[in-house]
Amino acid sequence: MSRPIPRIAVALAAALVMAACEREVRPFQDVSAATARSQKPTLSELFPGTQPPPAEESPYQKNAYAMAEGKRLFDSYNCSGCHAHGGGGMGPPLMDDQWIYGSRPANIFATIVEGRPNGMPSFRNKIPDQQVWELVAFIQSMSGQAPIDVLPSRGDHLRYSTAENARRAATPKLTGHP
Amino acid sequence: MMRLRTLIVALAPLVFAACRGNQAMFNPQGPAARSIASLGWFLLSVCAVIYVLVLLAGGWALVRRRHVGDDLPRTTQKLTTVVAGATVVSIAILVVFTISSVVAGHGLTSPTGPGAITVDVIGHQWWWEFQYHDVTPSDFVTSPNELHIPVGVPVHIKAISRDVIHSFWVPNLHGKRDLIPGQVTNTWIQADQPGVYRGQCAEFCGHQHANMAFVVVAEPMDKFLAWIGSQRQPASEPQTDEARRGRDVFLQSTCVMCHTVRGTSAGARLGPELTHVGSRMTIAAGTLPNTRGHLGGWVADPQSVKPGVRMPPNPLEPSDLQAVLTYLRSLR
Repeated sequence: MSRPIPRIAVALAAALVMAACEREVRPFQDVSAATARSQKPTLSELFPGTQPPPAEESPYQKNAYAMAEGKRLFDSYNCSGCHAHGGGGMGPPLMDDQWIYGSRPANIFATIVEGRPNGMPSFRNKIPDQQVWELVAFIQSMSGQAPIDVLPSRGDHLRYSTAENARRAATPKLTGHP
Repeated sequence: MMRLRTLIVALAPLVFAACRGNQAMFNPQGPAARSIASLGWFLLSVCAVIYVLVLLAGGWALVRRRHVGDDLPRTTQKLTTVVAGATVVSIAILVVFTISSVVAGHGLTSPTGPGAITVDVIGHQWWWEFQYHDVTPSDFVTSPNELHIPVGVPVHIKAISRDVIHSFWVPNLHGKRDLIPGQVTNTWIQADQPGVYRGQCAEFCGHQHANMAFVVVAEPMDKFLAWIGSQRQPASEPQTDEARRGRDVFLQSTCVMCHTVRGTSAGARLGPELTHVGSRMTIAAGTLPNTRGHLGGWVADPQSVKPGVRMPPNPLEPSDLQAVLTYLRSLR
């Protein structure tokens, strides 16, 4: 006896298939030339004090490709020069639970774009918003704040290892001691 | 009959298309490529003759008249002689092929003439970096996606990759050589006459592998020396107000995170050096001709030209974009 598969089952199966799509989307075109960005190039070194707060949530929080790009940019833009690979050095570590200026995506975005006292330079105008959000996604993952299904399954090295940003960490705390 | 002739005339250019042009192994322009091409022609012609003979034998077997005594042992005996003869001929041909391949391969391992210059080839996703070393460090020259070589002189290529495996291939000058991360590989090229040849990455290396090309400009020694002399100069000072404004936008914008313009404060090494970008024939690793319009489209939205490329879109104000273009075009 053959019964037609209920339509609801087909719909459920399709939903299962599509569930992981956001993880694998490659957002090459997310910021096109037509859409403006929050940072406009300015020819002066002087900036007004307040900056409209950027979106609360990072658009790439659930995207594995953006996280991998953030990891590449973290080295490329020499973040590792001060923060090492998350362990800290001249700058504070990024893989612990201590957050001087907040652990929310918007806080990290502001830290990169505005800079912070005692050494963190401002990357205003220097890094496009899309790449800042990619960096935010990677930086959050270093302290275990990324969703588990977005994390890389293995490290980049030839020898098998857990990715350094795929460990779970304690709840982030705001230390408030710059 | 007429239609058949038309068809042949129409298809002939397709067959011979690969025998001309500036990216064709059957148009050898150097000793190594010539050795490869003559070996190729030799193998191809012998195999073509054998192919025709086999087809003729097959056709003859199909159409020949059958005889009553075909299954007699005498016939089998005769067939065995033919098979034995064909085997001996096959072995002889294979031995000749092996010897000629080894002889051709020997000519490829090292340059024949003296006076070799060395160029470092660095592969990136998805562009090429060519570095000319010198005894004076300030005379080092970096030329992205455009390899200039003097004519008639063997050029030693030291190749390495910064990310994944790529392969350096200029079909008119030599065979392929892989670029391996963390390991220097060597090859050499030599062009016998001036010309512009196209090279291409020949090892799949990611999203934009197909758009990872470069040009090889072979020119007489005096022209080559003049070129390298001009490339040693730092970027020319912008002459007009718009070019000066373009330089300021360039230095205050995202460009400086990845690109170098020698003579300014832009010194990042992630993307191609732009000190003499105006003098190059192509942009985006051989993807587009270097015109103001193409450059503008590329700077504003590289992702629509080369999706996945490392360069982000740059939503500059129209006046800023025009100023940057004027500045970049002035870097000759």
